[in-house]
Amino acid sequence: MSPMNWTLATPEIVLGIAGLLILAAGVIPKKETFFPVSMAVIGAFVLTAVLVIGQGEGTAFLGQYVSDAFSRFAKVLILLGAALGVVLSLDFNEKAGIGRFEYAVLMLFATMGMLVMVSANDLMSLYIGLELLSLSLYVIAAFDRDNPRSAEAGLKYFVLGALASGLLLYGSSLVYGFAGSTNFDQLADALAGGTVGLGVVVGLVFVLAGLSFKISAVPFHMWTPDVYEGAPTPVTAFFATAPKVAAIALLMRVLAGPFADLAAQWSQVIWVASVGSMLLGAFAAIGQRNIKRLMAYSSIGHVGYALMGLAVASDIGLRGVLVYMAIYMVTSVGTFAVLVAMRRKGRALEQVDDLAGLGRTDPAMAMWMAVFMFSMAGIPPLAGFFGKLYVFLAAVQGGYWVLAAVGIGTSVVATYYYLRIVKVMYFDAGDEALDARPAGLTVVMTATGILTVLFFLFPAPIIAAAQVAVAALAG
Amino acid sequence: MLAIGLAHYLTVGAILFVLGVLGIFLNRKNIIVILMSVELILLAVNLNLVAFSAQLGDLTGQIFAMLILTVAAAEAAIGLAIVVIHFRNRGTIEVDDVSTLKG
Repeated sequence: MSPMNWTLATPEIVLGIAGLLILAAGVIPKKETFFPVSMAVIGAFVLTAVLVIGQGEGTAFLGQYVSDAFSRFAKVLILLGAALGVVLSLDFNEKAGIGRFEYAVLMLFATMGMLVMVSANDLMSLYIGLELLSLSLYVIAAFDRDNPRSAEAGLKYFVLGALASGLLLYGSSLVYGFAGSTNFDQLADALAGGTVGLGVVVGLVFVLAGLSFKISAVPFHMWTPDVYEGAPTPVTAFFATAPKVAAIALLMRVLAGPFADLAAQWSQVIWVASVGSMLLGAFAAIGQRNIKRLMAYSSIGHVGYALMGLAVASDIGLRGVLVYMAIYMVTSVGTFAVLVAMRRKGRALEQVDDLAGLGRTDPAMAMWMAVFMFSMAGIPPLAGFFGKLYVFLAAVQGGYWVLAAVGIGTSVVATYYYLRIVKVMYFDAGDEALDARPAGLTVVMTATGILTVLFFLFPAPIIAAAQVAVAALAG
Repeated sequence: MLAIGLAHYLTVGAILFVLGVLGIFLNRKNIIVILMSVELILLAVNLNLVAFSAQLGDLTGQIFAMLILTVAAAEAAIGLAIVVIHFRNRGTIEVDDVSTLKG
C-alpha cells in the first residue's frame, strides 16, 4: 500500500477549492453574476491545466488515485473541452434566460468528476468520480427548468443514468467479491493469466454495460437523441465533448489495466458495441430533421469508431482511440459553436433547414461548418480523416477485417448526411440572415476550424503524446 | 437449522437487483416508482458488498457500501428535484407522458 501522498492530487484539490470559493462568491452580489463567475471558472480550468501539465507520477490516497502520462493527456483534453464548453454557453444562456451562475459552477464540478475518473485506480474512486460527473450533468441537462423539453431531457438522463450507475455498481460488487479487491493493481495481479471464474466475468460485463451508457454505445444509446435534443444547445455541446472523452478514457483504463488479461472476454463485447454503434450512427441519422438529434446519432457513430480501436486491444489500437477522441472533441466543439450561433430574430433554431442559404448570408460560418462536416465524414486532408486512419490501421493490423469493413461502409453512409448539411447551406434557397454572432463563438469556431484544417501539418506531437500515454497505461 | 451463507445473501441481492431493473422497465404508472426501483438496485449492491466483505474478512466492501449510501442520498435528492420541475411543466408524473422528445 502506498502512503497518502495527497499532494499528488493538487490539480483536483485546487479545482475543488476554487469551485467552492466561486460558488460562495457567486451568491454574495445582489445582481446575477453569470458572466464573472463563468470567467472565474475558465480561469480555474486554465490554472488546473497548468498544474496537470506539471503533475508528478505515482499513486496517492492509499492506491485510490493514480497520475501518469495517460491521465495527464486525458485531463488536458477534458479541461480544454470544458473551458470551450463554458465559452459556448456565455451568450446563449443570457439570451435563453438561463444565465445563472450555478451553470458554470456545475460545469466546474462535472469537470472535477471527470478528472477523478481518469485518475481512478480503484473501483471506489471510479464510482465517486463518475457520480460527481453524472449528478452535475443531470442538473445541467434540466437547467432550462421552465422549458418542458429540457426538464424531460433531465428526467430521462437521470433515470437511465441512475440505472447505468446501478449496473456498474452491481458489476463492481461481483468483481470485488470474486477477485478479492477493488484496487486496479491488485485486481490486475489477481486476474493475471486470464483464467477466472464466472463471477468475475459476469461482473466485468455489468461494469462494461454501465460504462457503455456513459459513452452512449449501442445497445445503451437510447437516452442520447432525446437528451441531446431536449437539453439547451450549449449543454448538448458539453455532453458531446468532455464527458465523452472522460468516459472513453475511463473505459480504456479499466480494460487495459485490471482487466488486461481478460482481453479475450471483453474484446468480443466491445466488438459488438462498436459494430452496432457504427451502424446505428450511420443509418438512424439519415432521416433526422433536428440538427441536435442528428449530432446525437453522429456522436453514437463516432463512439463506434473509437471503440474499434479498443476492440483490437493492442497498443496501436489504444493510441488510435486517444487520437480519435482528441480530434473528435475539437471538431465537435467547432460544430456546436455553429449550432449555438444559429439564432434568428432572437429565437434559437434547431432544424437542418434553418441553415439554408448560410453560404450566402454568412460565408465565414458556412465555411467552418463545411470544414467540420467534411472532417467528421473523414475526408482527407482534414483532421477527421487521420482519426479514422489510425483506428482503421489498428483494426487491419490486428486482423479485424470485419470491423474495418463495417467502419468504411458506415463512413460512406454517414458522409451522406454530413454532405446534406453542406448542400443545405450552399445550394438551398435560404431565409433571411441569422443574427450577428457573438465574438466568443467566432473565436471558438475559427480556432477549432484552423486546428481541423491544419492537423495534417503537425500530427507528430499529438501522436507521440498519445503513444506515451498508452505506454503508461499498459505498463 | 440452515446456516445462512454467502450464497443466500447473493441470491437475495440478485433478486432485489432484478426487481429493481424490472421496476424501471415494466413500470408504466409513476416516476416515483422508478426512483424507488433505483434505490432497490443500490440496496442490492450494498447487500452484495457487505456479504462479500464479511466473507473475505476485508473492510473495503463496507467502506464502498458507505460511499454508495451517501451518493445514493444525493442522487435521490437530485432525482426528486428533477421530478418536481417536470411536474411543474407538465402537471403529471405518469411515465407514459414523458414523451415530448421522439424521433
